[in-house]
Amino acid sequence: MGRPRLIPACGAMLRRDLTVAWRRRSDIAMPVLYALIVTMLFPFALGPEDTLLQRIAGGIVLVTLLLAMLLTLDAMFSSDIEDGSLEQLVLSPQPLELLLGMKILAHWITTALPLIVITPLLAAMLHLPTAVIPVLLLALLLATPLISLFGAVLVALTAGTRRSGMLLALMLLPLCVPAVIFAAGAVAAAQQGLPWLAPISWLAAALVLAVVLAPLACAAALRIALDA
Amino acid sequence: MSNWIPLWLHKLGSPPTFYRFAGTLQPWATTLALLLGAIALYGGLVLAPADYQQGDAYRIIYIHVPSAEMSMFIYAVMGVASFIALVWRIKLAEVVAMESAPIGAAFTFITLVTGSLWGKPMWGTWWTWDARLTSELVLLFLFLGVIGLYHAFEDRRQGARAAAFLAIIGIINVPIVHFSVNWWNTLHQGSTVNVLGQSKMSWDMLWPLLTMMLATKFYYAASLFRRVRTDLLALEGGKDWVRKIAEDEADR
Repeated sequence: MGRPRLIPACGAMLRRDLTVAWRRRSDIAMPVLYALIVTMLFPFALGPEDTLLQRIAGGIVLVTLLLAMLLTLDAMFSSDIEDGSLEQLVLSPQPLELLLGMKILAHWITTALPLIVITPLLAAMLHLPTAVIPVLLLALLLATPLISLFGAVLVALTAGTRRSGMLLALMLLPLCVPAVIFAAGAVAAAQQGLPWLAPISWLAAALVLAVVLAPLACAAALRIALDA
Repeated sequence: MSNWIPLWLHKLGSPPTFYRFAGTLQPWATTLALLLGAIALYGGLVLAPADYQQGDAYRIIYIHVPSAEMSMFIYAVMGVASFIALVWRIKLAEVVAMESAPIGAAFTFITLVTGSLWGKPMWGTWWTWDARLTSELVLLFLFLGVIGLYHAFEDRRQGARAAAFLAIIGIINVPIVHFSVNWWNTLHQGSTVNVLGQSKMSWDMLWPLLTMMLATKFYYAASLFRRVRTDLLALEGGKDWVRKIAEDEADR
């Protein structure tokens, strides 16, 4: 029996995760609703004053999306651990790193992409100037994969524990600080009419590094966590 | 041949040997820590002259700077021990890494508290989102994350390995804390003490600081030895050498 080729295996992995996510569409809608409601709460809490909302809109959208993604990270491996398919992945002849990379990609497509799609709406709710929205989207396109990648490593570490929700937040949020700083820096610079390319380049550099290293770390973490 | 050094190190890695070794050294480390700490406090609070600009308020440096240095030092020790634990699967390294975390978290907390006490009269604020302050706060959260992850597992060794991995990921933060005052020119003052070159501080003020740094090192050693000994007894509960210790204790 020849071993299945690498690229079809990766494609199958991605297709499987996307199909599973599509069959439970309501789970995809949850983070989107969460982000909408959280964004809606800010004008209530701070008062509907345009200038104030405008100034903090970029940061609010960023943090809301980060928290919405955090809520979904917990479930990244849980169903696969329950039905044992994660062990099969670890045992499969293909490199675990690549397969996990596909899982992370599927997670990003199913949670981050819908959130990015509604971002213009969230930004408009907070009166962010239209000219800044493309920069915000660009920053999010680079920052959300970073969160998915970091999150996957930490979720893999907690895979062997039962209650990991709050613990995951405690571990992930400090590591996300640089991504938040650079993404918010780009948006703030664009809002003030300053050049915003430098923080975006930093984000892109971090993303390139994370795309290479995070799947390796994720696989190592998973092997530690499942090694009971 | 000089084969005895690696041999001695290998022996030291075994729990019963380390238990005895740490038991012998621990009283000495405690004594030295107390002695040097008392000397440093007397030197810093009484003998050292007041600062021409900050007056007597600068004296909090004798707590703040050694704690800050220890917070990074302990994280580095934890990172190295974690690496050894993951690569060579040495049980003692796991215990050292996990028992370092609470001590490091305590030093980081002291650094943040003394720093904000110092910041109020000097900067006029308890807290500011300065690069060094923020990265020290992140360091505290990393310590807490390691402690939390360690305790989240039912199996202690598995928890130790997972937390060790987290410690290695977080080690990126240590150079950021250390160099942040040089990279970003924000509110926190630059470094005054320079190990290799000339320090920007008069010797009258400097020697208590260096003594206090030494004292905190000994305190860390003493505290770590005591914690590791307790943890080893718990971890090796069913083994012969622990049973023997228990019997000896019962006979007394």
